Amino acid sequence: MEYDKKIRTTCPYCGVGCQIELNIKNEKIVSTVAPESAAPNFGRLCVKGRYGTDFTHHSSRLKTPLIRKDIGGELRKPVGIDGFREASWEEALDLASIRIAETFKKSGGDAFGTFCCAKATNEDNYIFQKFARSTLKTNNVDHCARLCHAASVAGLQKALGSSAMSNSIAEMKDLEVFIVTGSNTTETHPVISTFLREAVVKNGAKLIVIDPRKTEMTNFAVLHLQHRPGTDVALFQAMANIIVKEKLFNTDFINSRTEGFDSYSKSLDKFTPEWAETITGVPSDDIKEAARIYANAGAAAVYWGMGISQSVHGTDNTMSIANLALLCGHLGRPGTGVNPLRGQNNVQGCSDTGGLPAIYPGYQNVNDQESKLKFERAWKTDLNGNPGLTVLEMSDAAGSGQITDFIILGENPLMSEPDLNAARHHFSNLKNVIMIDIFFNESAEYADIIFPAASFAEKDGTFTNSDRRVQLIRPAFDPPGEARVDWKIIQELALRVESRLDRNESSGFEFSSASEIWDEMAELVPAFGGISHSRLETEGGVHWPCPDMNHPGTPYLFTDTFPRGRGLFNVLELRMDSEQPTPEYPYILSTGRVLYHWHGGTMTRRSVLDKIYPKALMEINPEDAHRDGFENGQTVTVSSLRGSVSVEVKISDRSPKGVVFIPIHFSETIVNELTNDLRDPVAKIPDSKISAVKIERTIMN
Amino acid sequence: MLTIYINDLELEVEEGSTILEASEKIGIKIPTICFHDRLTPPGLCRQCVVEVEGARVLMPSCITKVREGMKIKTDSERVVRARRTILEMLSSSTDLSESPDLLEQMKIYKAEDGRFENSSKRNFKVKDDNPFYMRDYSKCILCERCVQVCSADIQFSYALTTAGRGYNNRITTFFDRKLPETSCVFCGNCVAVCPTGALIASNEFNVKALGEK
Repeated sequence: MEYDKKIRTTCPYCGVGCQIELNIKNEKIVSTVAPESAAPNFGRLCVKGRYGTDFTHHSSRLKTPLIRKDIGGELRKPVGIDGFREASWEEALDLASIRIAETFKKSGGDAFGTFCCAKATNEDNYIFQKFARSTLKTNNVDHCARLCHAASVAGLQKALGSSAMSNSIAEMKDLEVFIVTGSNTTETHPVISTFLREAVVKNGAKLIVIDPRKTEMTNFAVLHLQHRPGTDVALFQAMANIIVKEKLFNTDFINSRTEGFDSYSKSLDKFTPEWAETITGVPSDDIKEAARIYANAGAAAVYWGMGISQSVHGTDNTMSIANLALLCGHLGRPGTGVNPLRGQNNVQGCSDTGGLPAIYPGYQNVNDQESKLKFERAWKTDLNGNPGLTVLEMSDAAGSGQITDFIILGENPLMSEPDLNAARHHFSNLKNVIMIDIFFNESAEYADIIFPAASFAEKDGTFTNSDRRVQLIRPAFDPPGEARVDWKIIQELALRVESRLDRNESSGFEFSSASEIWDEMAELVPAFGGISHSRLETEGGVHWPCPDMNHPGTPYLFTDTFPRGRGLFNVLELRMDSEQPTPEYPYILSTGRVLYHWHGGTMTRRSVLDKIYPKALMEINPEDAHRDGFENGQTVTVSSLRGSVSVEVKISDRSPKGVVFIPIHFSETIVNELTNDLRDPVAKIPDSKISAVKIERTIMN
Repeated sequence: MLTIYINDLELEVEEGSTILEASEKIGIKIPTICFHDRLTPPGLCRQCVVEVEGARVLMPSCITKVREGMKIKTDSERVVRARRTILEMLSSSTDLSESPDLLEQMKIYKAEDGRFENSSKRNFKVKDDNPFYMRDYSKCILCERCVQVCSADIQFSYALTTAGRGYNNRITTFFDRKLPETSCVFCGNCVAVCPTGALIASNEFNVKALGEK
């Protein structure tokens, strides 16, 4: 078939960052292919990348600015799109800037909570956080990584001083030994899973899966350690116990690259595999075997996902993995590393570009005087040196009235936050909610003004994938109706607010292209110094850190040193802080993704993908289902202390006994009605994978 | 390094290279059908055959490794006749209308569409059993790229397989199940390597059907 044009760009779904080519006819995507010579996917795609980009043409795309009809009313009630009227850009931008300026004059910058977007470009996010920090003087800037890899970031920061995936996707097919834990890789990072399986099938690599669920990766594993949810630390510490007891550790590496080994190794005495068996339910012999395979490998890598991070013990879980890597010296070489698999197309980039409350772009601390001065000079204004609030803390602060205004770029907190009843209550307390999005999502029901934005196929800019590879996206057609490119919306808003606040000098929002925004950021972030849009145009993608134009980029980190100097062993205690099952709430509920959908479902539920997986299914172990009399296809009501949802039963031995699994994508079955807002003390990430629930047959009227 | 002769041209090639790779190095193009450079060469279609001095039969260049002193003819009369016949047999049994590469080869080798008088093209109902892609096996030349991609070359999903023998040889799923009932994950990596349009994205199929109306 003849196409009007082919547009090379980056897939808008998970963090693999697959390179795709959109075949365009009559301003529509007809089909999607992948160039075979381009990293990281080399022609491979999954169902979402191949068929799921049709959401861009969905009839419900926002096409004009919207203003809530009862704006200014006392009580904020959720309303559907009928509760809004269409407005001109002029009116909507003016009104938004008036409301923002009013709040600022009345209550100061910390009355704002702002949400960056892990789906938007680096350039969109840079300008957004610049607006929050320089115009609104607040560091209340965060995004959904808080609900995702916050604990991986916190744990790796403590252990190594860096928080990104240490090694590259390109190394995966040549692995020797690897552990996959808390990651349903075939469904959440399908293309990465093909390289991992290639390592097993073609390279004879040994895979150890450590997961309460019997995921598809277990079909390729030599060992599956199926531990009880929430006992990760016990398991990894017991592996370390064996490595130390049998002296399988890497003495040279420990001596030259680490600190804290003595106190750490002493602390392991009590974490015997036999003890761990009683906690985790995993046979001690399997724990020993796993420890020996990992430690004896020439090179071994660990990959993990939400199972490790989305936990009240997430930071500890991550540090227990980092401890293992430090013990065996499995860092700083190809085929090794500590590798959190990022879930969104640009969640790495959103953090890199300053979408976090404690850092400026490039992980430069807001409370570091030198960094602050640097950004004050660049942005020609004084900045707030106090770290801001995280996503859930902003929600709390809305509830208590400390924050009155939310400005949300492309996020959907009222699908993704835990304990949604409480979150909705917090939202209804707000005085001003401004949103920028491509669809009217669940959170939009609480908005005052909504600006229609551009999808990935309608703008240029960059995404940074899971292995820190910065890649271009390119426009294939115009945004629908009057919708505009995100950074231009933020630019307009920032200029108007600046002028209403009578700023003598603008912080600089007069960009004429996304590439200009990148260039400003690259001057302020040393790790991006050698990356520009024109370089990406020639080279396809560059892994940061890349300090200058002659630097080739960095596919794997930590060759000679760690960002904190020596890698730090962290002494850990087993904590069991998750909600435990009770006779009344006997099951553990785990949540996560399925292959055909993505996160809050805003995109995939508006795609052909929805046809094959149109409703939530609750996986339950056959023994549990038999005992409690549940059948395939039956509708049940699942309740926790916080709420209840209705869902269809799917009997499957993927779920271990006592654990049920419900996906997170379905607004008809919002699993976050049930989840628990119990947070990791360091990372402030909620315990999304463990809630005590009961299951009852739904009585049909 | 080994010394070989391709069309009387002497060249040095690395041990372990195939004749196809050696020829490509010096810019001699050998036509292929089932071969795909990211997949294990199956040596199925025989379109890439060449004449090797001393060999009884024509050799498939995609899987034949070079040997010291090998003398190779890539477009001798015998080779050309073989390629023409392969194309004529394919076109007698298969709808090649969506195979631009094969149609081009038919022109080059002067292959006749109706050479075999009593032949009949295989005719299958288009399989439309999922939202993502269709399978029109009337267009399938059995190159097996899709099976390779789906199994141990790329995807490791093992949803597609071959079945039947001779004229009844076909690509299918285990027990001929509908795709949603198999281990298929609809990655479409098979669609991407199909050379004849037998596998096609449903959306593209529909857009095309609309355009033709």
